[in-house]
Amino acid sequence: MSGAASSTAAQRFLRDAAVKSADLTHREVIRRGMESYEAAHRKGRARIQDWEAARQRCQAIKREAIDHLDRYLLQFEQKVIARGGHVFWASNSDEACAYVRDLATRLGVRSVVKSKSMVTEEIHLSPVLEKAGIKVWETDLGEFIVQLREEPPYHIVTPAMHLNRGQIAQLFREKLDSGITSEDPVDLMAVARRKLREAFFAAEMGISGANFLVADEGVVAISTNEGNGRLCTSVPRIHVVVTGIEKVIPRLEDLAVLWPVLATSGTGQGITTYGTLIGGARREGEADGPEEFHVVLVDNGRSKLLADREQREVLHCIRCGACLNTCPVFRHIGGHTYGTAYPGPIGSVLTPHLNGIKEFKHLSYASSLCGACTSVCPVNIDLHHHLLQNRRNATEAGATKASERMMFRAWRFVMLHPRMYALGGWSMRRALRILYGLGLAGSVLDPMRVWNRYRAPVPLPSKSFRALWKEQLGREELGGNQSSAD
Amino acid sequence: MKRIVSLFMPCFVDQLLPQVAVDTVKVLRRLKFGVDYPEDQTCCGQPALNTGYWDEARPCAEHFVRVFKHADVVVSPSGSCVSMIRLFYPELLAHSSLRADSIALAGRTFELSEFLVKVEAVTEVGATFPHTVTYHASCHGLRELKLRDEPLQLLRQVNGLKLIEMARFDECCGFGGTFAAKFSDVSGAMGNSKAESVAATGAEFVTAIDPSCLLHLEGILGKAQAPKRPRTIHLASILAQQNQPRMRP
Repeated sequence: MSGAASSTAAQRFLRDAAVKSADLTHREVIRRGMESYEAAHRKGRARIQDWEAARQRCQAIKREAIDHLDRYLLQFEQKVIARGGHVFWASNSDEACAYVRDLATRLGVRSVVKSKSMVTEEIHLSPVLEKAGIKVWETDLGEFIVQLREEPPYHIVTPAMHLNRGQIAQLFREKLDSGITSEDPVDLMAVARRKLREAFFAAEMGISGANFLVADEGVVAISTNEGNGRLCTSVPRIHVVVTGIEKVIPRLEDLAVLWPVLATSGTGQGITTYGTLIGGARREGEADGPEEFHVVLVDNGRSKLLADREQREVLHCIRCGACLNTCPVFRHIGGHTYGTAYPGPIGSVLTPHLNGIKEFKHLSYASSLCGACTSVCPVNIDLHHHLLQNRRNATEAGATKASERMMFRAWRFVMLHPRMYALGGWSMRRALRILYGLGLAGSVLDPMRVWNRYRAPVPLPSKSFRALWKEQLGREELGGNQSSAD
Repeated sequence: MKRIVSLFMPCFVDQLLPQVAVDTVKVLRRLKFGVDYPEDQTCCGQPALNTGYWDEARPCAEHFVRVFKHADVVVSPSGSCVSMIRLFYPELLAHSSLRADSIALAGRTFELSEFLVKVEAVTEVGATFPHTVTYHASCHGLRELKLRDEPLQLLRQVNGLKLIEMARFDECCGFGGTFAAKFSDVSGAMGNSKAESVAATGAEFVTAIDPSCLLHLEGILGKAQAPKRPRTIHLASILAQQNQPRMRP
């Protein structure tokens, strides 16, 4: 255990989760956001003739790509280099950040425009650039808003979904233009647009993520809705793509199913407003595009996951956010509580792998294992069973509490001895009846006090079923009405 | 008499909710099944498995397989516990001498509504329950065992029962076993959301195929101490009801 001064990730999670899950305003904002998402998602799925077949196709494509990741990544790299692009293989976040920072410094970059990229959140790129004196502009509207608030994205697809228009208007008044009176989204968007246009044309470097890296053509595929992605990747003189190695897919034609499925799962759209394919820098005779093109392929723990046959499919994730939207835990604790780049079920599965099981195992436990995530995943990742495997791995790694290990050992002993189990159950019920009879439910003496904090005490019948069975049920044919056992 | 059904009563049903078990016996006997209760059964091991203690869960699973391996068919009024046997035993016991037995047993173990509707093709069990009822789709029954319509088919045949659909009927109640203890605040909040959905239906009762969800919801609804609140009732207990005065909701 660490000292009292610095709390662990697990302690922070528990504390923030307690606060957020009691915040009824937050719950209502998220409920409304999720309801409109769900309606769009339902409609979107109905547009696809056979949703299950589409999911299976996407799963098969991703499996093919991940199972032959080495081959497809090299193919992608070769194509990019052949067109004059640069590919950098970063084994961890430090290497990735250093590459981008050094490149920017070397080429005299003073400001950077970014389109949405979760990998840059994962590797904490912006603080590294800012420390080097480079101004970083998030240009996705949601990202721009959370950047102004100096907080991380709330959600991987909709970074500012926890805010309403009033809060955004207030923020813009404080940070951008004190003269803003309207709360109309169109007016607010116009304010952001004016500001960001200046940034686009001033920036020397554009940084984007990638939704897919197409191996056979050596192109980067990006789905966006606001047009900021195209500006980031074509206006500044340098374009840097920062992405994870798992984003590669074999063929251009795979986008025919992956793009609509990603859009449907992400926002319920048939396809996003902009689908951009980028192969490199501006070539002779082309009107626009950057002078330099770099792709940073980030490993950062992914190849370790790749080596794990049991959990490799976690790398199939296309970051659509559907599992966050459906997750009842996410809906109650919100995105920021996770304290990780990737919140929600996929984050709870992935983070212990990327950032360490000892520090982040609590995320794998922060689920009721309801399986809603698995039921919506567009690439059929068995998410809730991966949570279970993470829990097993945490236990096997000795990362769980000694008291818990002892408890389960004792529990096993009891469960292997039916008479002891029966006696134990009887004693426990009897003890609790006495305790509750004395009005001590919820007190420090009550072993069920955690339960009793939010719930009435469990029923404590005088006889267990096995006792009833022994006494009478086992012998008689049940005719009339049985009176209650309690 | 038809085939002999071996009852698998989850440990917490045995200890805390014996009426669910009694009602299961009642329904099966009314349908002329022979009923057996192997008295050496304890817990299927799910709490240990779900908490990551697979080495502790494994001997419990082996014990369970030994107790039930000669059963013709095993029936349980809990979708979650059945999913443990069906989905996780084969994996948990992959290197055990009881692996083959566990796989065979997984194919002969059914949740109550699944057994009645899918295996025996029975939907009419001769029950009367003149009340308004809303149905909560328990997660493991719904998503692990894929039981969507089976419980509803049974409920629709109950005399006098009026089914009212609940918004988000398939959203988790927040129980999740050790989750309710480890993340008590989140679990409680999820329970409160579910209780709101239940109350919004105006139904007198909320039913489900998993007693654990109902134990949780009963606790949540009971804590609120609303004067006129919905009651929880397990599907088996509805099916066990015959012509008798209205239950006090």
